[in-house]
Amino acid sequence: MTDNTAQTPSGPVLAADGRPLKASLNRALRAQKIRALLLIAPLLIFILITFIAPIADMLFRSVENQIVRDTLPRTVVALDTWTNTDEAPGEDVYAALYYDIFEAAEFRNHSRVGSRLNYELTGVSSMFRRAGRGVGRFDTDIYTDQFTALDPAWAEYETWTGLMDDDAIRAALPETSDAFDTWIHITIDANDDVPAEEDIEDFVFTALYRDLSNTGYSGSNALLSTAADAVAGFESVSLRDQFADMDEDWLDPTVMETIKVYSPSYTPGYFLTAIDMQLTADGVSAQPEDRRIYVTLFERTLFMSMVIMGSCVLLGYPIAFLLANLPTRVSNLLLILVLLPFWTSLLVRTSAWKVLLQQQGVINDVLVWIGLVADDNRLQLINNQTGTIIAMTHILLPFMILPLYSVMQTIPPTYVRAAKSLGATNWTAFWRVYFPQSVPGIGAGCILVFILSIGYYITPELVGGRTGTFISNRIAYHISSSLNWGLAAALGSILLAVVLLLYWAYDKLVGIDNVKLG
Amino acid sequence: MKLKSVLMLTSGAVLAAPMAMAQDMANDMTLVSWGGAYQTSQVRAYAEPYMAMHPDVSVVWDESSNEAVARLRAMNEAGNITWDLVDVVASDAIRLCDEGLAMEIDADEVLAPAPDGTPASEDFGDLLVSDCFIPQIVYSTTFGYRNDVAEWNGRTPDNICDVFDLENFPGQRSLERRPINNMEWALLCSGVAMEDIYDVLETEEGIDQAFAMLDTIKDETVWWSAGADTPQLLADGEVVIGSTYNGRLFSVIEEQDQPVSMLWDAQVFDLDGWIIPEGLPEDRLARVLDFVRFATDTQRLADQAQYISYGPARASSAPLVGTHADLGIEMGPHMPTDPANATRTILYNYEWWADYRDDLDARFQAWLSQ
Repeated sequence: MTDNTAQTPSGPVLAADGRPLKASLNRALRAQKIRALLLIAPLLIFILITFIAPIADMLFRSVENQIVRDTLPRTVVALDTWTNTDEAPGEDVYAALYYDIFEAAEFRNHSRVGSRLNYELTGVSSMFRRAGRGVGRFDTDIYTDQFTALDPAWAEYETWTGLMDDDAIRAALPETSDAFDTWIHITIDANDDVPAEEDIEDFVFTALYRDLSNTGYSGSNALLSTAADAVAGFESVSLRDQFADMDEDWLDPTVMETIKVYSPSYTPGYFLTAIDMQLTADGVSAQPEDRRIYVTLFERTLFMSMVIMGSCVLLGYPIAFLLANLPTRVSNLLLILVLLPFWTSLLVRTSAWKVLLQQQGVINDVLVWIGLVADDNRLQLINNQTGTIIAMTHILLPFMILPLYSVMQTIPPTYVRAAKSLGATNWTAFWRVYFPQSVPGIGAGCILVFILSIGYYITPELVGGRTGTFISNRIAYHISSSLNWGLAAALGSILLAVVLLLYWAYDKLVGIDNVKLG
Repeated sequence: MKLKSVLMLTSGAVLAAPMAMAQDMANDMTLVSWGGAYQTSQVRAYAEPYMAMHPDVSVVWDESSNEAVARLRAMNEAGNITWDLVDVVASDAIRLCDEGLAMEIDADEVLAPAPDGTPASEDFGDLLVSDCFIPQIVYSTTFGYRNDVAEWNGRTPDNICDVFDLENFPGQRSLERRPINNMEWALLCSGVAMEDIYDVLETEEGIDQAFAMLDTIKDETVWWSAGADTPQLLADGEVVIGSTYNGRLFSVIEEQDQPVSMLWDAQVFDLDGWIIPEGLPEDRLARVLDFVRFATDTQRLADQAQYISYGPARASSAPLVGTHADLGIEMGPHMPTDPANATRTILYNYEWWADYRDDLDARFQAWLSQ
C-alpha cells in the first residue's frame, strides 16, 4: 500500500479507496451516528411528544393572544381608526361590535373573550355575557320590517343569493355581503339549519341599511336602487345607543381601549402581570401597591428554597458521612430508613407534620410539659414559613443524602489516613482532604433539592399558611381555578428561566463537571 | 299517499324507538365527583339503585371535580372527552356553559317531573342558574365553633360578627384562603346592610373597608384551602371557630361526636349539581341522559339526604327527607335550608363574582402575604 499523503503533500489526505480521508471518515461516523440515533429514537420521540411538546405549547400561551382578534375581527379593524380616546368611538365601531358579538354568541365564544379581557379590566366578563344575550334583542328588527314592507322579496332567501352571486353588488355592499356570509356560516355551522328555510337575521338588514345609507347604490339592480332611494326615509336606530341601553359601560372609553390594547395576536401582557406590571392604553406601568404579589412570591420561593437546600445540607451531610463510613451491613439498614419516606404518601407525611407542629400538637405539648414553653404562649410552628421549611426539608432530605452518600463511598479512606499520618489534626484532615472530595456530591444534592423545592406546591399549600406559600401555588391556582392559563404560563416561563440562570451561574462558579451522582 | 307514508314512518319510529334506545346506550359511564362522604352519598343514593336496575352498566368514579373546569377545557382542546357526567359547583357550571364546554339542556325535557306532575323547571325553580346546570343539592358555607372554650365564660356565638369579636370570643379562627364569602361577612360586620354588600364591594373604599375588618383578626386566623381543614382544626382545638361546608360540620358534630356546634347566621348558600360535557358521542349521551333523569328525580334527591346533610335541590324532595341511614337521626333540622337555620342567609352571587373574582383574588393574596 502506498502512502497517499506523501504523493500529494499539499492536497487533501486520501483514504485507501482514493476518496479524501475526511469524507470517508465522516461517512463512517455518520453511519455510526445514525445507528445511535435510531437506537435512542423511540425514547427521543416519546420525550418529544409527551414532554417537550406539551411544555413548549404551554409556554407559548404566555404570549399568545389570538382570541381577541379571532373573536372580534371587525371591531379590531374598526378600532384602528379610533384615535380620540377621550370619548367612546363612533357608530362604525359599535356596528362592527354588533356583528362580532352576534356571531360569537351563536358559536358561544363571546364569554370566552369576555373572560380574557376581564383579566385586564374587571367587569368586562359580564358585559360580554349579557351582550351575548342582548344583541339578539336589539331594536334592529325595524330594518327587517322596513325592507320587507318596501318589497316582500327582501324576506326571500333566493333574492339574497341572487344578489350575492353578483360580484359587482358584493363590491358595492361590503358590509352586507360580509354579514350575509356570516349569517350563512352561523345557520349552517352553529345551528345545523338549512339557510333556505330560515328567516334572515336582523343584523343582515342592518348591514344593508348601513351600506345603502353610507355609500348609496349606483348599480343597475332595480331592487337595490329602489331600496337605496328609500333608506333615507327609513326610521333608524343607533347601535351605539343600543349597546349603551344594555350597559352604560359600553360607552366607557377604557373598555374600548382595553380591546384595542389587547387586539394584537401576541401580547407581553401576561409577562408584565407576572412581574407586577400592567399594560394599559397609557403604556406599561407598575401595578398598584395593594395588588403586587408575584415578585414577592418569586423572591420568597427562591429564598425559602435556598434555606431548605441549606438545611438539607446541614442535616444530610452527617448522615451521609455516617452511612459511608459504617460497615456495609449496618449502613444498608440505615439506608433503608433514609428511603422509607419514599414509600409513604406525600400527603400522609405532610399531614403528619400538621399533627406534630400545630399549637395543640405533639411538639408543643412536649415543650409545655417539660416547661420550656408557657401554655398560653405556644410556638407557632405551622401555617407560616417555619412550617414549610420544616416539612419540605424532611421531604427533600433523601434527595440530598443519596448523592452525598454515593460520592462519599468513592472517597478512599487512605487519603484521610495519609493526612493524619503526616500530622494533620482530625479537623484539618476532614476539612482539607475529605470535604473537598465530597463537594461534587453536595453540588448534585443541592441542585436536586433546590430545583425540586422551587416547583413544589402541595406541601406549601397545606402547611404554608399565608406567609409560607410559593409561586407554584399561584401557578396551580391560575391553571385550575382562575383558568388564566396565559398568566400561569408566563409565571412558569419565568420560573424556568430563573432555574436555567442559576444553573448557568452554578456552572460558572463551581463547574457542572464537578457534579457527581456517584 | 304522502300522509300514509308519514304515518307509517312515525308509527315505525315510535315502535322502534324504545328498542333502539336500549341498544344504542353505552354501558360504561365515567362520573366525576368530589370524593369523600359526598361522593359516597351519590354512590348510595343514585348509582347503586341505578345499577341494580341496569346490571349491564358499569360506573367508574373519578374524584376530579375540584379541577373539572381546567380538565374539561384541556379535554376539549385535545378533542377527547373521557367524562360522561361531571359534578361541579354552580359557578363552575356557569363558566363551563359560557365556554361551550357543557351541554345546554332543556330541564323539562331532560329531567323528570315531580310526582304530582309539576314540570322540572318549576320544581327546581330559581336554582337552575345556568342552561347547562342540573342542580342536586343546596349546601352552605357556615361556621362551627367549639362549645367548651373556657375563656368565653359560657357565651356562645349566635351572630356572624362574633367571628370578628376577639374580646368576647378570643382564640384562633379559620377562614378560607380566598375572598369569596370572607369579603361579604367582613362588610356585613362593618355595618353594611345585606342588600348593599355588592354595591359597596364594587368601590375601592368598600374593598378597603372589608380588608380593614379582616385586618382585625388577620393574625388570629388560620387560612384554609381544603374543606377538611376546619373540621380537623376544630376537633384538635387548634381553632375555636371556623368556616367550612355545613356537611363537614355535620360529620364532626354528629358522626365524630366532637364538642362543636353550628353557627348558621349569615350562611352562604351555594349549589352543586351535574353538567354533561359538550360533544359526547350519541350512545354515551343516551346513557347519561337516562341516568341523570333517574338520579335527579324527586325520590333520589331526597334519598341523598339520608347520607349527608345537604338540602335537595327540588322543592318536591323536601317533604320526603327522612332520617340518616346509619345514625337514625332526623335530617330535617340539619339542612341548611331548614327555616330555623335559614333566618339570615346570603346567596352566592355568581354573576358578580365572575367579574370581580380575578381582581379581588389578586388583592386578597397580596393582602394575605403582607
